[in-house]
Amino acid sequence: MIATQLGATHLQFLLQGALWTVVLSAIALVGGGLLGFLVALCRVSGSRAVRLASGAYVQVVQGTPLLVIMFLVFFGLPPLGLNVSPLAAASASLILYVSAYMGEIWRGCIESVPKPQWEAAECLAMSRTQRMFHVVLPQAVRIATPPTVGFLVQIIKNTSLASVVGFVELARAGQIINNSLFEPFLVYLIIALLYFAMCYPLSRWSRRLERRTGFARRQQVVSP
Amino acid sequence: MSQPLPSSAAPVVSLRDVHKSFGSLKVLDGVSFEVPRGEVMAIIGRSGSGKSTALRCIDRLETIESGEIIVCGHRVSDPKLPLRALRLDVGIVFQSYNLFPHLTIEENICLAPVTVKGKRRAEARETARRVLGQVGLGDKLDSYPEQLSGGQQQRAAIARSLAMEPQVMLFDEVTSALDPELTGEVLRVIEQLAAGGMTMVMVTHEMGFARRVADRIVFMHQGKVWETGPAGILDAPETAELRQFVGSGL
Repeated sequence: MIATQLGATHLQFLLQGALWTVVLSAIALVGGGLLGFLVALCRVSGSRAVRLASGAYVQVVQGTPLLVIMFLVFFGLPPLGLNVSPLAAASASLILYVSAYMGEIWRGCIESVPKPQWEAAECLAMSRTQRMFHVVLPQAVRIATPPTVGFLVQIIKNTSLASVVGFVELARAGQIINNSLFEPFLVYLIIALLYFAMCYPLSRWSRRLERRTGFARRQQVVSP
Repeated sequence: MSQPLPSSAAPVVSLRDVHKSFGSLKVLDGVSFEVPRGEVMAIIGRSGSGKSTALRCIDRLETIESGEIIVCGHRVSDPKLPLRALRLDVGIVFQSYNLFPHLTIEENICLAPVTVKGKRRAEARETARRVLGQVGLGDKLDSYPEQLSGGQQQRAAIARSLAMEPQVMLFDEVTSALDPELTGEVLRVIEQLAAGGMTMVMVTHEMGFARRVADRIVFMHQGKVWETGPAGILDAPETAELRQFVGSGL
């Protein structure tokens, strides 16, 4: 007998989906963050070839809908002899997607550290790597935190696209329940609320960080 | 042009017929001067006269088109020069201090000695204490740059350079961003360094200070060394341009 009214089991199923949304977001954040960090470093590299190659990577990924990346990975790889699970496909696609956007966000943050800071470190005989890791990156991290937390909201919402490759996260869990209950307004309202509950605190946090790190931008504006 | 000097008395900084342009604008048009060890040279002139550019060329923050620059035995005009070796010998202080805002004053000073010279932390801290004492900021080790006044920040920046034990110090309009009352405390520190025998080249707008501290004055005009000599040239300029510059209320 199929339940025709929203019950505790449905809610439990939704919460389980929400948990997978969180897991998938975490994978995307950590994997995409690591790869994105590499992308950011390549984008500001001293080598023109590295800059161009990483720039092309960013352009290609940003110019492709996440949905299409998911299809490519999930449906495109098996004919080539590479079978991927829905979780693996969703994770890989999100990591690609996140790395391109995070890479660009962080490139901007690295470049917004005032040039005289590079120069001062250079004049203290520090190598390029030392300048980057001891002087520029610590300052870039402060600038980067608010937009990064803000982008995390995008990641969480975009994990809902993983439903198209059959991965049961929050949105897919809602679809499944709706297919049996035919209560789209109620079910999707609950889903919207659950997404909101995950994203809103992050948005607030991002806003707060932005206010607090405002000082990073109001220093050292004396020009020669 | 002076006689070639024996190598033991070779000048610390030497520019010979240096040319440089920014696009079609000629900023250095055959600049030559020498700074012997232990001497203080002040470069003066209007904005746009090329004085800051000349100073920045000494530390290879700008590259030149022709001519020769030799600093502490390093051929700066050679494009293949290892910059690290040059910068170990040259300290530079900027108008905008450029302290690292995420580090305390002590960390600002210890960073390069530890990472570049491989000094031990304890030893670097000892040095930081000493140089901060020298600039009168012995009690500011744990402060962050933004907690200090402009004059204090500039003195901390001088201390940071001193901690690397450079052969020559360059000062690029280091008091131009400061209130008159804060200017004095920075100039006093530079004056002490001069008295201690440090070789220095400074671009400055402080005529009184240049007259008092500099062994040699270089007046730049239109990218050229227009007039040069001991501080006395400020009282008896030979060229109309320097006379006008000195007389323009400075």
